[in-house]
Amino acid sequence: MKIKNQNTLPSKYVLLILVVVCGILLGAERFMDGGGPLSWIANYTIVPMQRGISYVGTWMSDLTDNFATLSDLRKENEQLQERVDQLTIDNTRLSQEQYELERLQELYKLDQNYGDYEKVGAHVIANNGTNWFSSFTIDKGSEDGIRKDMNVLAGSGLAGIVTEVGPNYAQVRAVIDDESNISGMVLSTSDLCVVRGDLTLMEDGRIRFENLPNNDNEIQVGEQVVTSHISSTYLQGLFIGYISEINVDSNNLTRSGYITPAVDFSNLQEVLVITTTKAELTEADGSEDGGE
Amino acid sequence: MKRKIITACFIIVCFLLQSTVFSKLQFASVRPNLMIVLTSAFGFMRGRKTGMAVGFSCGLLMDVCWGSVLGFYTLILTVIGYLNGSFKRLFFDEDIKLPLGLIAGSELAYGLTVYVCLFMMRGDFHFGYYLTHVIMPELVYTILVTIVLYQVILHVNRKLEAEEQRSASRFV
Repeated sequence: MKIKNQNTLPSKYVLLILVVVCGILLGAERFMDGGGPLSWIANYTIVPMQRGISYVGTWMSDLTDNFATLSDLRKENEQLQERVDQLTIDNTRLSQEQYELERLQELYKLDQNYGDYEKVGAHVIANNGTNWFSSFTIDKGSEDGIRKDMNVLAGSGLAGIVTEVGPNYAQVRAVIDDESNISGMVLSTSDLCVVRGDLTLMEDGRIRFENLPNNDNEIQVGEQVVTSHISSTYLQGLFIGYISEINVDSNNLTRSGYITPAVDFSNLQEVLVITTTKAELTEADGSEDGGE
Repeated sequence: MKRKIITACFIIVCFLLQSTVFSKLQFASVRPNLMIVLTSAFGFMRGRKTGMAVGFSCGLLMDVCWGSVLGFYTLILTVIGYLNGSFKRLFFDEDIKLPLGLIAGSELAYGLTVYVCLFMMRGDFHFGYYLTHVIMPELVYTILVTIVLYQVILHVNRKLEAEEQRSASRFV
């Protein structure tokens, strides 16, 4: 008891000290990328535990899936077979067109291929615990070659962008997050728009798009929106989602509306990280141009 | 020492639960805020300093793993821990009204601060929507979870206190 009394600092001052520490941390954020040494500590304490829990969870959900009945599986198999046939036909047609496109591109000297980015698979091991933001943690980090601003795909669509990297984990901000802001493009007309996440729409699983020019191009509900060529952090041509509603703004110059994302964020387990960033791509192009 | 280790375990377990298990247990697409429950409960049970320490560590964890700026949640939770610590004199084991009231108050203060700092400052004035769709549901769900979690914390606290008293009387 005696020892305790000797170093008693009034709690007012302790509060003051902690508040100052927080202030310093808030200021230091500008100079220190991410959590600095703290993210390193988190990497070896919290992240392994989150990984463990998430693996147990996956294992358990796999176990419940095993009880799906045989007839259901047969039916699904039939449907999938039909789908495969259909897709094979489509694929043959498309690959013919692809050859034609390549030939024409060669003629026009447009040999950039945006479709084939190198990807790395990763598991989602934890979510953002607050109700305000929508981000998730993946189990690959800088040691696996993940860097900030890399784009993350899930299934066929864009899921988000890497915002923070630790040695063995990375934080990904989802497309539906309130702070997410993407330059998008309507695939059929090549009109540019701004796609932004919105907390008020998160519940319906939708995102908003804005500033689509109100020109003669008719855009229908159900058309695809992809990332645009002018975005500085997102690679071109990544599929964001389908337009679910479109309205002309009151200024009569622009159109806005809603997009249904291609990714189901409520049940995200595996993602693909594209290991090329837009900055690298544009730099490489720049140096090539400079060389010529 | 034992108390510190147990408190740290509480923080880590609650943090892990919130970022993994509770994302599957969402009601109306909100999850409860266990960090607030811990900070607040340790605050009014053990006083200002413990409240601040718990708030600081919870906040730091949140900042590193979920936040975009380091120090933001830390600041909020430290202050919440301190303020809850001021109610230590009014706290009795048997009474559940004060803990529930304090945790609800802390939760509301947390929600409002996050809204004002991270949303209103960006020009987002849908306050009514956020109040009815995020802040209030989170509060209600947190209170529901509190009723269970608080009993656990209270039980552990009682045991530790009894043990400390025994060892203290032995050395007198």
